[in-house]
Amino acid sequence: MLTGFYTMMVRIRKVEENLMEVFSRGEIPGFLHVSIGQEAAPAAVCAHLNANDCISTTHRGHGWAVAKGIEIRRAMAELFGKREGFCLGRSGSMHLADAGIGIMGANGIVGGGIPIAAGAAFAAQYKKTDHVAVATFGEGATGEGAFHEAMNFAAIRRLPMVFVCENNGWAEFSPKSVHMPVESVTSRALAYDIPAVSVSNKVVEIYEAAGEAVRRARKGKGPSLLEIRCDRWYGHYVGDAQKYRGKEKVEEAMAKDCIADFEAELIKGKVLRRKDLDRIRAEVSAEVEDAVNFARQCTYPDVSEMLEGLYV
Amino acid sequence: MKETRYIFAIKEAMEEEMDRDENVFLIGEDVGLAGGSFGASKGLYEKFGPERVVDTPISELGFTSLAAGAASCGLRPIVEIMFMDFVTCAMDSIVNQIAKMRYMFGNQYTVPVVVRMPEGGGLNAGPQHSQCLEAWFAHVPGLKVVMAATPHDVKGLLKASIRDDNPVIFIENKTLHAMKGMAAEADEDVVLPLGKADVKLQGSDVTIVTASRMVHESLKAARILEQEGISAEVVDLMTIQPWDRKTVFDSVAKTHRLVVAHEAVKQFGFGAEIAAAAAEEILDELDAPVMRVGAPFAPASYSLEKYYVPSADDVVSAVKSTLERTL
Ligand SMILES: Cc1ncc(C[n+]2csc(CCOP(=O)(O)OP(=O)(O)O)c2C)c(N)n1
Repeated sequence: MLTGFYTMMVRIRKVEENLMEVFSRGEIPGFLHVSIGQEAAPAAVCAHLNANDCISTTHRGHGWAVAKGIEIRRAMAELFGKREGFCLGRSGSMHLADAGIGIMGANGIVGGGIPIAAGAAFAAQYKKTDHVAVATFGEGATGEGAFHEAMNFAAIRRLPMVFVCENNGWAEFSPKSVHMPVESVTSRALAYDIPAVSVSNKVVEIYEAAGEAVRRARKGKGPSLLEIRCDRWYGHYVGDAQKYRGKEKVEEAMAKDCIADFEAELIKGKVLRRKDLDRIRAEVSAEVEDAVNFARQCTYPDVSEMLEGLYV
Repeated sequence: MKETRYIFAIKEAMEEEMDRDENVFLIGEDVGLAGGSFGASKGLYEKFGPERVVDTPISELGFTSLAAGAASCGLRPIVEIMFMDFVTCAMDSIVNQIAKMRYMFGNQYTVPVVVRMPEGGGLNAGPQHSQCLEAWFAHVPGLKVVMAATPHDVKGLLKASIRDDNPVIFIENKTLHAMKGMAAEADEDVVLPLGKADVKLQGSDVTIVTASRMVHESLKAARILEQEGISAEVVDLMTIQPWDRKTVFDSVAKTHRLVVAHEAVKQFGFGAEIAAAAAEEILDELDAPVMRVGAPFAPASYSLEKYYVPSADDVVSAVKSTLERTL
């Protein structure tokens, strides 16, 4: 399991490092928001989920899609805008989705996915399955009515879901203090009588807290909220010069590395040796590079396809 | 006059109006400390402080209606919505509240809110970051809808919108932000009238009615057509609601052919209104059917954006087909 966490975190990071590189070379268009530094949360939370469980993600959602099990080749193809991508190359990074395994889509609208996850939880309850739904979002999104409306409804109806907030301290170009009068998003959950915990950016700690929340949801005991206190290493999007943040704060954030910390623990606990880590990294690198090459060789959709599929 | 850029012209308009009237303030996401997502308010926070350049949480519905409340108590808010797509989160505020407050309450309130937002493609930003929704607002009685194509116009029109006692939806265009051009200096205080179109190019064979980015595509089309001996007149509406019937109809009375070009999806766009009004009121002036240019009836595409967004070539084809046809 610990090896699994490690591999997943490395996979997420490699995917995004590769994305940054190809994006900077102009190989993929549009906006790119990376979650480097925040790999622990998706790796830990998704370890409790199976293909029947749904998640909704955000503009910063690559990590969640990878951890939920998205096929990296076709995810990469989508980011390249190619027809072989999960969204047929129509939508790119901000809308990465794989309906087949419950990835209900990243979202270009802040807060937009939260009630959608609640809808998936509602459907699970309605159909009397034990499936759960997870809404992932940043602390900035908790300013939106959509967040509060979903929390309220989920609490009233005891929906089988988990609200997962990655609190990275920044929403675009402004610090948390502009967005919330409370330190932690867990205070927001109080108003809805939703149990909430806040954990640090450590994969095992997140795994344990998420386990309790997911079990609670599966047993029909209702929603929970989980906040992960993490750091956004890079700018809001790739290319953001971060003048608003300053070099020191950026360095401070980058000094905190959930992957390096976990590596140290694995070695100290004699779970894996340095050379095992190297092997995992090399394997994952090869896997991701293969996906990039696959995406490069895929084809762009044809203009004649633009009007296809708008209606059933 | 001096050379500037479209985005600076927006800033200058806001700054000059804030200097002139202490009730004018700016509110929106990242407008303060960060100077705006596209840099439209750079320096205003430093100059006017956090009371007048107000950073908000991510809560479009809340802060737009808050602006409405403040406006009905004597302030003159400028609301910035980061991308036009996000205004959908504030539709109750604009459609049910702001547009109706004056009329519904028996003219007791005036609600001088300006809601600024950039629309359009150009960034390959996909389905939720590229939309042109001006027609929605033009369809709601009580709102004015303004679209500016040049640095000069964006400045003069924004100043007019801020001074107008009615709510104004002020639509910018992302691809125009970096555009260079002349604009008026502060002491010239150029305020362009709302509801008045501008003939950007005189011509005699066909009238192209357009706005915002498509003004430039239409001018480009006119240059292409000129080489084939076709003389196009380009009318920049500047205000979509209320639109300048007189300028449009006078032009058609001269050219007898009409094309309407916008970046928004063609179906139910403002082109439909103008074409219908022409059919109702000046059909006898028309020598051929009215042609429309607009985006295909599909969400904006990420990888095919350059084919999705209408261009000068589309305007050229529309002009040619109206020239080939007769009524
Ligand atoms: C409705 C809406 N408003 C504004 C935006 C612009 N925007 C995109 S991301 C973002 C900040 C989000 O912050 P947070 O929720 O904390 O997530 P993070 O970026 O930190 O992962 C904003 C304001 C948007 N996409 N949608």
